[in-house]
Amino acid sequence: MSDHEYTPKSNFGKWFNDRLPLLTLANHLTDYPTPKNLNYWWTFGGILTFCLVTQIVTGLVLAMHYIAHADMAFDSVEHIMRDVNYGWLIRYIHANGASMFFLAVYIHIFRSLFYGSYKAPREIIWIIGIIIYLLMMAAAFMGYVLPWGQMSFWGATVITNLFSAIPLVGEGIVTWLWGGYSVDNPTLTRFFTLHYLIPFLILGLVVLHIWALHVPGNNNPIGIDVKKPSKDTVPFHPYIVIKDAFALLMFMIVFAFFVFYTPNILGHADNYIEANPLVTPAHIVPEWYLLPFYAILRSVPDKLMGVIAMLSAIFILAALPWLDTSKIRSAVFRPLYRQFYWILVADVLILGYVGAMPAEGLYLLIARVATAYYFLHFLVILPILGFKERTLPIPLSITEPVLGGSSNLAAARDDIRLDKLK
Amino acid sequence: MKKFLKLFFYIFFLISFSPQVYAAEKVEYLTTDWSFKGLFGKFDRAALQRGYHVYTEVCSSCHSMKYLSYRNLSQKGGPEFTEAEAKAIAASFEVTDGPNSDGDMFTRPGKLSDKFVMPYDNMKAAQAANGGAYPPDMSVLVKARGGGVDYIYSLLQGYEDPPAGVTLDDGVYYNKYMYGNKIKMANQLSDGLIEYSDGTKATVEQMSKDVTTFLMWAAEPHLESRHKMGFKAIVYLIILTVLVYFSMKRIWSRIETKV
Repeated sequence: MSDHEYTPKSNFGKWFNDRLPLLTLANHLTDYPTPKNLNYWWTFGGILTFCLVTQIVTGLVLAMHYIAHADMAFDSVEHIMRDVNYGWLIRYIHANGASMFFLAVYIHIFRSLFYGSYKAPREIIWIIGIIIYLLMMAAAFMGYVLPWGQMSFWGATVITNLFSAIPLVGEGIVTWLWGGYSVDNPTLTRFFTLHYLIPFLILGLVVLHIWALHVPGNNNPIGIDVKKPSKDTVPFHPYIVIKDAFALLMFMIVFAFFVFYTPNILGHADNYIEANPLVTPAHIVPEWYLLPFYAILRSVPDKLMGVIAMLSAIFILAALPWLDTSKIRSAVFRPLYRQFYWILVADVLILGYVGAMPAEGLYLLIARVATAYYFLHFLVILPILGFKERTLPIPLSITEPVLGGSSNLAAARDDIRLDKLK
Repeated sequence: MKKFLKLFFYIFFLISFSPQVYAAEKVEYLTTDWSFKGLFGKFDRAALQRGYHVYTEVCSSCHSMKYLSYRNLSQKGGPEFTEAEAKAIAASFEVTDGPNSDGDMFTRPGKLSDKFVMPYDNMKAAQAANGGAYPPDMSVLVKARGGGVDYIYSLLQGYEDPPAGVTLDDGVYYNKYMYGNKIKMANQLSDGLIEYSDGTKATVEQMSKDVTTFLMWAAEPHLESRHKMGFKAIVYLIILTVLVYFSMKRIWSRIETKV
């Protein structure tokens, strides 16, 4: 793992490190050569780690007071809010933390899309990331069910019912998921168990995600391969640590504002009504971070096809390294891709918006057009763009960003190839 | 790229503001100068005490508040009745306790540790007494309604005669702020309905404001400490951010790249 040999100074250090090379690992992490031109969009990896740890720590405390039972879950949440010391703080951090986690992960994903971080040699990092994202959605959905409010109950009913679209075995699978013939106590207890398990799976995958990252090293805004360590890199500590800390603090200010001043604005009022299987809410909507996929689901008239479309919208991302045929990573040097990138961003925001609106009339039409465009972007535009686009000349290195010549592009490409051969 | 950034922000703002526009088209709720809003928002103690008065005299005959205990009434950040007052309030209610050593249930005067006494034995009894409609528990009612305090405040003052063409069944009333305009709760408030002990004039508007403030506290009993802690936390974070920013500048000055 380490790029160079490391020997601890003390005798005990040597003795220990020969048996378990933890000090070598620590040395690798602090010395890890990082491109020095990373911008603030690269700080979200650290922010996401913070989010995960926050969710696990607050979640552990909540689990000590929460009761996973259909008759007592809602009461136990109110008990946390009222009688547990600082229970309100811990619960509001956990609830808003989920939203902050998704805000950060969307920025992280769209950063990767802009700078082509998913391209060779970083495909495995990207795919692990997609799996983490899927697990996050599962954890968030199940977590939203736990307070056992109206949106919890009906959200769980709607989402689990999607499995009934599977031909032949669908109904059986839904009964199996529910542990009965409707969403009820067995559903709640298994959701709680899984909600407790998934964060630790995510934690394990995060370790793999970072491990895979440390093999080729970070991508960077210019998107060229960087020799490491070199004039183009800085050691992770203290340069990147302090920069990540600064960005994290800015993020925490926003986080704190939500927790302390508008803790319920991102939730739905109906979730403060205890679950009632006999009363259906007027509009069943998921949390904001799932809305684009909800819009895709509802834009297809057939239930099975809708579910397939929704899942494909996520899984298509895993194929992205092979759908994007361009050799140039960063959108900075891809004038056409840059435009399509922003159209995609707008498209996803529009999907999110119509996902919150009733699926009828103009909203449904917009949702269908936006869904079609989403797939068009990945399946048609990206593959063609790689062949047709005239990219801008890319620099040879970070320290010499502009050489101002004619054959930079070809030279840089050769450089990339040479690097790979090494 | 700047063009697209502009487009991005334009769309972003369009999206973030349109749900509010959408909601505003439907009904414009009444509002008032809520003392608990804003960075330093606190409850108006007198309003909370008056609000409790309205709740016990008017609402509590149908609406339960099952998550509140009498001890909460003397708690910091709440109506802050003295402990003696809270004890007296609790003692004025008959609480069913037991079983005793003979195996019988018995009633005794309430204690601080008791939960607010429920008006009905169970949901069915509540529905039977209210024409089939269940009067919702009021503990978290403010948070359970879109529009929050403004909605409750408006609803209490939103009773009017139905417009021509709208027929109402027996026991159904017209309220311009209610979802679907039909409500099974009759208009409860009228000027001078109760007499406030602090001499405040009990107008419908005043009572609506007081009881809504009380309900806000009931739903968010730790609102005051939340606001206080929030201010401290954010000031602390801002100071730390500034310090870290200058440390970062200092550290990065060793290399020519800007941060």
